Parts: sequence; C-alpha cells; structure tokens
Amino acid sequence: MATESSYYVPEQSRLPIFATIGLFLTAFGAANWVNGGSSYIFFAGALSMATVLWFWFATVIRENMQGLNSAQLKRSYVWGMGWFIFSEVMFFAAFFGALYYIRNFSLPWLGGEGDRGSSNILWEGFQNTWPLMVTPDQAVSGESAKVLGPKGIIDPWHLPLLNTFLLLASSVTVHVAHVFLKKNKRQGFNLWLAATVVLGSAFLFFQVEEYMEAYQHLGLTLESGIYGTTFFMLTGFHGAHVTLGTIMLLIMLLRSVIAHHFKPDDHFGFEAASWYWHFVDVVWVGLFIFVYVLGA
Amino acid sequence: MAHGPKPGITRWLYTTNHKDIGSMYLWFSFAMFLLGGCMALVIRAELFQPGLQIVQPEFFNQMTTMHGLIMVFGAVMPAFVGLANWMVPMMIGAPDMALPRMNNWSFWILPFAFAMLASTLFMEGGAPNFGWTFYAPLSTEYAPPSVTFFIFSIHIMGASSIMGAINIVATILNMRAPGMTLMKMPLFVWTWLITAYLLIAVMPVLAGVVTMMLMDIHFGTSFFSAAGGGDPVLFQHVFWFFGHPEVYIMILPAFGIVSAIIPTFARKPLFGYSSMVYATASIAFLSFIVWAHHMFTVGMPVAGELFFMYATMLIAVPTGVKVFNWVSTMFRGSMTFETPMLFAIAFVILFTLGGFSGLMLAIAPADFQYHDTYFVVAHFHYVLVPGAIFSITAGVYYWLPKWTGNMYNETMGKVHFWLAFIGLNVTFFPMHFVGLAGMPRRIPDYALQFADFNQIASMGAFLFGAAQLVFLFNVLRTVRGGNKATDEVWENPQGLEWTVPSPAPYHTFSTPPAVR
Repeated sequence: MATESSYYVPEQSRLPIFATIGLFLTAFGAANWVNGGSSYIFFAGALSMATVLWFWFATVIRENMQGLNSAQLKRSYVWGMGWFIFSEVMFFAAFFGALYYIRNFSLPWLGGEGDRGSSNILWEGFQNTWPLMVTPDQAVSGESAKVLGPKGIIDPWHLPLLNTFLLLASSVTVHVAHVFLKKNKRQGFNLWLAATVVLGSAFLFFQVEEYMEAYQHLGLTLESGIYGTTFFMLTGFHGAHVTLGTIMLLIMLLRSVIAHHFKPDDHFGFEAASWYWHFVDVVWVGLFIFVYVLGA
Repeated sequence: MAHGPKPGITRWLYTTNHKDIGSMYLWFSFAMFLLGGCMALVIRAELFQPGLQIVQPEFFNQMTTMHGLIMVFGAVMPAFVGLANWMVPMMIGAPDMALPRMNNWSFWILPFAFAMLASTLFMEGGAPNFGWTFYAPLSTEYAPPSVTFFIFSIHIMGASSIMGAINIVATILNMRAPGMTLMKMPLFVWTWLITAYLLIAVMPVLAGVVTMMLMDIHFGTSFFSAAGGGDPVLFQHVFWFFGHPEVYIMILPAFGIVSAIIPTFARKPLFGYSSMVYATASIAFLSFIVWAHHMFTVGMPVAGELFFMYATMLIAVPTGVKVFNWVSTMFRGSMTFETPMLFAIAFVILFTLGGFSGLMLAIAPADFQYHDTYFVVAHFHYVLVPGAIFSITAGVYYWLPKWTGNMYNETMGKVHFWLAFIGLNVTFFPMHFVGLAGMPRRIPDYALQFADFNQIASMGAFLFGAAQLVFLFNVLRTVRGGNKATDEVWENPQGLEWTVPSPAPYHTFSTPPAVR
C-alpha cells in the first residue's frame, strides 16, 4: 500500500470517536465527582479511555510491524512527540511562572515593599518571608486564621537530593539502554531499561515518603498557604508525569521482553518514551533548584 | 484502500479524511456562531432600552460570558482549523493531514466539550457568569457550582486544540511536495504554521490557569487568595499570557486568507511576500511580551506599564507592513469585486480601524479612561467581526466552488456582504462613542444619556444576525447544486488547490504534484 512514490492514507478508524467518548466521560465525571456527585462516571471514562489508548497504540504498532509506515509517516510521529513535549514544557512554565511572580512580586507587595506595598494595609503585621511560614491571614487573625502556614518544610539535602541522584542516574541508564538497542544487544537493552524503571519507581517511592512526612509531621499540605500550594502543585504534577513516564518505559520493557519488539533502526516507540523521560528529568532539576534549594 | 467516501453516518464518525474533517469543523463552527450570535442578540435586546426589560442581571451575565466563550473557542478557532484542514494539504501538495486519526479525534472532542459547556446553562446556579476572561476571585470564590464543568470543558477543548496544532505543524513541516520550499508556501500555510506554534505554546498555559482555579475552588490551595499569600492578579497575568497570543491565533490565519484573495482579484502577485512572512513571525513573537496591556489599571509598577505600553505599540509596525502590502497589491491592479474580494477589502479597512483603536488602548495613561468601557468592546469586535469573521466568510466564498464544484449565487453573496457590512458598523461604531462617554461593559442597565446609541447598536445587531441567514441559505444552495465551477474557478488564481478538479477529489494527491 505504501511505497516510496505514493502516499499512505489510513482507512477509516473507530478509535477517535471512542477516544472522544472516553475523554468526555472522564472530564464530565471528574467535574461531577469534585462537585460532590458520584465517581462512577469518572472511573468508567478513565477505564474506557485507557482501553481505547491500548487499542490505539496496538494499531499503530501493528501497522508498523506490517511495514505500512512510510519514512514520511514515521517522521510525522517524531514531530508529533516533539511538539507534545514542548506543550508539556509550557504547562510547567505556567506553574514555575506563578512561583516566580509570587516570590518576586506579590509577596513583597503584601509585605509592604515596593510599588504596591500599600496592600500591606489590608494585612497588617504580615511579613514577606520565603518559605512562607506565616500567611497573611495568620498574621492578622493568629491561630484562628482559616489558612495556616506550614510548621516545617522539606530539607532539600535529604530525600530530594537522593531523588535528584536517582532521576539523573535514570536518564543515564535509559540512554545506555538506547545505545545497546542500536547495537542490537537485546540483553543489555532489557537490563538497562529495567534499571531505569526501577530507578523511576524508587523515585516515586521516596516522593510518597516525602509527602507523608510533609502531611504527618510538618503540617505542610496543599492547604498551608502559598508555599504548600506551589510546593505540592509543582512537585505533584511532576510526580504525575514521572508516574506516566515510568508506565511508558515499563510498557516498552514488556514489549521488548515478551514480544521482542524494536529493531536497532526502528524503535521510535521506545525513543519517544525516553525523550519523555529526559523531559521529566529536566523538570526535576528545575524543581530541585527553584522549589527545594532556593525555597529553603 | 477506499477511494470515495463511505455512505451513512459512519463516514463522519470514523473518517480520516481531511476534507470530511474540515467540513465538520466548518459546520460545527457555524452552528456555534449562530448559538453565540443568539446570545449576543439577547444582550442587545436587553440593552435596547435603559432599565431591565427582558432578562435578569444574573442571566445577562451568563449571556455575556457564554457569548464570549462560544465565539472565541467554538466559532472562530474551529472555523480556522476547518479551513486549515481543507486547504493546507491541498496547498502544499500533501495527500492528507500528517496524523489523520488524531485529526478526527481533535474534531470530535469539540461537540462534546461544547455540549458540556452549554449544559451549564441548565445547572443549579446557572452557567458561568464571570465574563469570558473568568477573572479570579469572581470565577473561584464567588463562582456558581457549574464552574467545575466549565473548567473541564476548557481542559478537553484545549487538548483538542493542541492536537490539532501539532497535526498542522507536522503536516506543514513534513508533508510538503518536493520543491515546495518554505518560502514558496502560500501565506495561509505560513500564517497557520505560526498560529499552530502559538497554540502549542499557550493552550497548556490556559490548562494551567484553569487547573489553578480548580485547585483553589475544591482543594484549598491559595493561588489567587491573598489570605494564603497568593494574589488574584496572578490569575490575570497567567490568563493573559495565554490570552494575548490567543487573540493572534484568531487573526493570523485571517491574514493568510486575505493574502490569498486580494492578489487573485487584483490580478497582481502579492506585494512583499517575504516581508509578510517576517511580519507574521514578528507579530507572533511580540504577542508573548505584551500581555499586561490588558490589565494596565490593575496596579503594576510604572516600569511594567511603560514596558508593556511600548512593546504593544511595536506591534503596529509589522501590522502596518501587512496593511501596506495589501494596499500595494491592489494599487493599479485590474480589480473586480466579487464577494470574497468585497469581504477582503472590508477586512483591510475595518481591521485597520480596529487596530487603530487598539493603539489608543495601548497608551497606558489613556487606557485608564477607556478600560472596561464599551470602547474596549468596540475595539475587539472591530478586530474580530470584520477581522476574523469576515476573513472566514471571504475564505468560504473563495474556496466554496472548489469544495462543492458549484458556483455560489453572486447576487446573494453581495447582498450578504452589504447587509453584514452595514449591520456590523451600525452595531459596533456607536459603541466607540458610548465607551468614550463612560458606559461600562458587561452591565445590563445604563444611564439615560447612552440610550440613543444603544438603540442604534441593537438594531444593527439584528441586521447583522439576519445577514448570516442569507449566508447560510447561499451556502446550502451551493452545496446542493448551481452553475458548475471550472477547475480554476477564478481568473488565473495562484496555488496548487486550483490545479485539481472542482470539486476536489476525495483524495487530492496520490502522488506528489510537481511544484514550479
């Protein structure tokens, strides 16, 4: 069907409309759930979404194995993944930007400094510090305030430092796996990819540990003012992306071990997952610097 | 491989064909245009006289909010994506979009997202009522419960936009026929490439800001609450970092359409092709560093006000280049005035007028006077209605014979143009005056001295609305039949789309076409 001289146009497909229904039920169900309704619609949606994605990826993989994919189509997948990662970068940029604005503009103003320092009149006694342990509400109303600051924060030089090593190492291991794959050394590829999945899972384990420490001992929660807000939203979205990346790499590992997928010169599925992995790694470096080290 | 469309509904549900998907985008967009238009007519009917006549203030607020959201995300953006779907593959000699299945997914998300958004009208507490810009804390602490559904519908329509944009970038960068170098691409393709880049860059920021709202509303975070150390103004910064590129997303493809139409009917090549490309890229770049001109009055350091003021004024330079080029293309051309050309010329004149009022608003000290008045409403309706909407209309008339194989009715097209042209000017021009005199926007009642101009504006709005029915009728008639169009349709138009038969075959190119 697809030769070098003619174009490939796929057949009709049921995947998009089912994916739409899955996505719609997920979104509608999530809204319904957080508004106090039942969670059934959300889980039904998420399940159907996952199922459709399973079949969608299976279709793409099958087409490639059958040799239907022209070099041009493969390049389209490469472009697609690249720009998808760029859109993810911009999503994180919104939250990093919010952190920057809070620390450099709005908190100093609330504390009475600079051009809009008059806002301090509304929150008399509030002082701008970072990490913000005493919220403006707390400065005015004391312990009866609705929004209380955290009692303590995470020390960057313990678990976060360990996690930095874990993720940086995992970026190296996934690269080594790629090198083995290109040399057609299946054993080495599987081994180093498995090491990456283990490192990613270890990172997630310690991240959960850290969150439990924050919630149970430090009084550092989503609700503890803007410090808790930015801390958990940034690290939380990153953690969600690491989870997704680990699942992606795990699936790549299973595809290699069970189904012997991937060839030395044809393995974009794996490469896309590894790009994604490098991306979450870079985000972590940003987090470690701007949230943990400069935030302590 | 099937060579023609499948029969029945599954043709549309399961399609991977860029023409089918383009048509669905365009029809969806027109349906949203009528829905959002009806909401505008509710607003104008209420404002026909001072005092409360027809609707309650709560419902009026829902109408202004939903009108804005539906027109921006449901009418203008999908229409441009529809045109891109139809025309970009044909213009660059590609068989289809780069990722055809994802293309269909991008479309089908939209009807579901808007069904969810529209369903909020029937929920307890009513639909979103905080304006299409959904400023916190109006949209967080004081929002109706339906705001959650609004947030998730924005999430999925954002996903649709990002996937659509990625598809367009991949198509343009990867699917061009041999010999179609970047600087040979039609300007519509160029403007869409840059628009797609803007979409990929800012739709995730919109997702970010609605996520912050969701967390503030339901999970106790303090992004926009000063009590916890956050700042409601943060909302405006993040929103407008998305919002300003967004307004260029709604106008750059329009530049591309007009740059295709004017040379055809002036019978001259486009003046200054490469300067058009560079101007578009400059506008896109500048769109990222001007966002705070939407919020001069919110309280900013003077240095910030000055920076955003001058950066905003800079945009007039590349925009001026474009207007100069369009006028120079027409200069001493042998012009004829078919319907697409009428809309395109009206675009050049009235968009420039909207640009000038934008320049007035860019002047920070003067903006303190204009901010949140009907002058702002007049400004952005002048860039969106004769800007975005007229260019889409022009594009539809221009390419409709290629799509359907039939000529539209020229007389009816001209009637549509003049009704729409008069209607929109009668509607929006008086808004400049009431705005400068101090009438605030988004308020269902007004002081007596504004009554005359508001009556005129309301009459114009109904005229403009009626004109669209002429358009609908004309398009439906052309789809069903009419005089056969030639392959070239117009007199010696430029571009690959005119080298294929009319109507364009279901699969345009099975092998790469030759590019001169």
